[in-house]
Amino acid sequence: MIQEKKQSSIAFVIGASSVGTLIEWYDFYIFGMLATIISKQFFPADAGTAALLSTLAIFAAGFIVRPFGALVFGRLGDLIGRKHTFLLTLVIMGGSTFAIGLVPGYATIGWAAPILVLILRLLQGLALGGEYGGAATYVAEHAPKGQRGFWTSWIQTTATLGLFLALGVIILIRSSQGVEKFSAEWGGWRYPFWISLLLVGVSILIRMRMSESPMFSKLKIEGKTSVNPLKESFGHKGNFKMVLLALFGAVMGQGVVWYTGQFYAQSFIETVCKVEFIQSRNLMLWAILMATPCFVLFGWLSDKVGRKWIMLIGMLAAVLTYRPIYKQFLSLTSTKNRIEKIDLSKTTTSEPKVVIDAKETTKIYVIQVFDTAYTDGAHFKYTKTDTLHLTAAYDANLKIDVLNPSLIVSKSAKPNVVIEKTMDEGTYWNLIWLVFIQIVYVTMVYGPIAAFLVELFPTKIRYTSMSLPYHIGNGVFGGLVPFLGTLIVEFTKSPESPMGDPLAGLWYPIGVASVCLIIGVVYLSNKIDKNVMD
Amino acid sequence: MNSVKKLLGYVWMLLAPALICFLVYQAVGKISAASEIQRSNVALQWVIILLVFTPICVGFFIFGKYASSNEYAHLPESSKEIE
Repeated sequence: MIQEKKQSSIAFVIGASSVGTLIEWYDFYIFGMLATIISKQFFPADAGTAALLSTLAIFAAGFIVRPFGALVFGRLGDLIGRKHTFLLTLVIMGGSTFAIGLVPGYATIGWAAPILVLILRLLQGLALGGEYGGAATYVAEHAPKGQRGFWTSWIQTTATLGLFLALGVIILIRSSQGVEKFSAEWGGWRYPFWISLLLVGVSILIRMRMSESPMFSKLKIEGKTSVNPLKESFGHKGNFKMVLLALFGAVMGQGVVWYTGQFYAQSFIETVCKVEFIQSRNLMLWAILMATPCFVLFGWLSDKVGRKWIMLIGMLAAVLTYRPIYKQFLSLTSTKNRIEKIDLSKTTTSEPKVVIDAKETTKIYVIQVFDTAYTDGAHFKYTKTDTLHLTAAYDANLKIDVLNPSLIVSKSAKPNVVIEKTMDEGTYWNLIWLVFIQIVYVTMVYGPIAAFLVELFPTKIRYTSMSLPYHIGNGVFGGLVPFLGTLIVEFTKSPESPMGDPLAGLWYPIGVASVCLIIGVVYLSNKIDKNVMD
Repeated sequence: MNSVKKLLGYVWMLLAPALICFLVYQAVGKISAASEIQRSNVALQWVIILLVFTPICVGFFIFGKYASSNEYAHLPESSKEIE
């Protein structure tokens, strides 16, 4: 009877903590996923200051602000308690997300729009920096002996499920509204932000019913809570060296594996392999859905065999297989080994469509769509755009075919070609499996890490000490994977090879994970701390 | 194993400043190569990267220093050892 009660109480703790954390991840991701629309709505089209603000809003919150949030809220959590602190982060996250959905566009309020969005985005980053450490600490401090890995692994699923929820909501609204309505100033892209208010409201109600962590309460009663958590965490050599070991021996590798599997993979499939928008997102959803139970599996396993080797094997597998996996992505989506259908009714060319430039009436864009079907069922769409400069304004009633060539002053040397590939069923599932494998690596490195971090630090400064390495490892090392990956590919471009080496971007996660792997193997211990009460 | 930990400590101590130099070199190259319109944006991105990674490299150097002085020869088994 007592055992059953204990189980239901820990299940409530997990449920209540996880729902809140999941919503915070959802809030954080929708901004990133809608970044293109947000840039168009809140920032003027010209470059310069607008691009600067856009960079700050989208870039800075992920990299700079999260570790600061970890310091601010980690300190607060060690001073006033876990429950109230992560309740506060939830309110800040939910409030700022909802408010982003209410800010009028640049067209309506001018420069106030990007400035407001920047402030709200920074608040989101701060809140996220405070949330995760609190939730992981709270759950770990409730977990029964010998089951810390299993119970904290539920918290670990929230980051992936938050991504899943964000992807799902966006796809659903976009599919039901259509691209045009979705992207309008007060269009459907705002709904995911508004939905957040409802989700956060429910989560706050649940979290209000939670009690403080038993370990923190005990310390408070005994008057043993920390007076200066920041000084005790980073000013004392004994603890600071463990913070550094956690960062360089576990979290930085975990961060890059996490972001490569869940973000770089999607961006690679969409921008390098050119798989069309909905299919590239759907395949991520399938892979995430199938791999998510592995978080709990590896969390549970880490209680039996220790945390270290599960995380390090995940890193090793990533280091060894990333390049073959991404090579396979390219090969599966290439035109090589595909046979074009001879049936002309399936391989079509559209009538050329003319669009007159909004500013210059003598400048026109001639757009033509070529559809190519393949025998395996794949379907590639090429949209070719030629830019023409004319001697006089273009007559919209005139067909481009009958345009007198003498009217053309110049034509773009190279047409802009956009490719959208819809893959056949077999290739689609092969892509899903390749992403699935990468997400299994994510579950290996991420599933046990909350328990691992909790066990490294004493109760009175745990929130502060574990939050900082976690958010540097994930926010900085992990968050920079897409940016640095793209940058490294740029380095490989030359006049002889204008496309560069599309796989070169993988050297960043492979390099970071390799260094982390060596440090982890040499310096980390596989011992499970039996007593986290001290 | 302790001698490996110590030896690798020196490697980390060398790697940290080398990384900072590499980042500064890249930043200067990329900012000067950027077009007039893009320059301020590229500069901002690199300033952010340098501001974020420099303290991390300093931390990596300190980690190497601790490792080279055998601070990780024995890892604490209870919180009392940390305090």
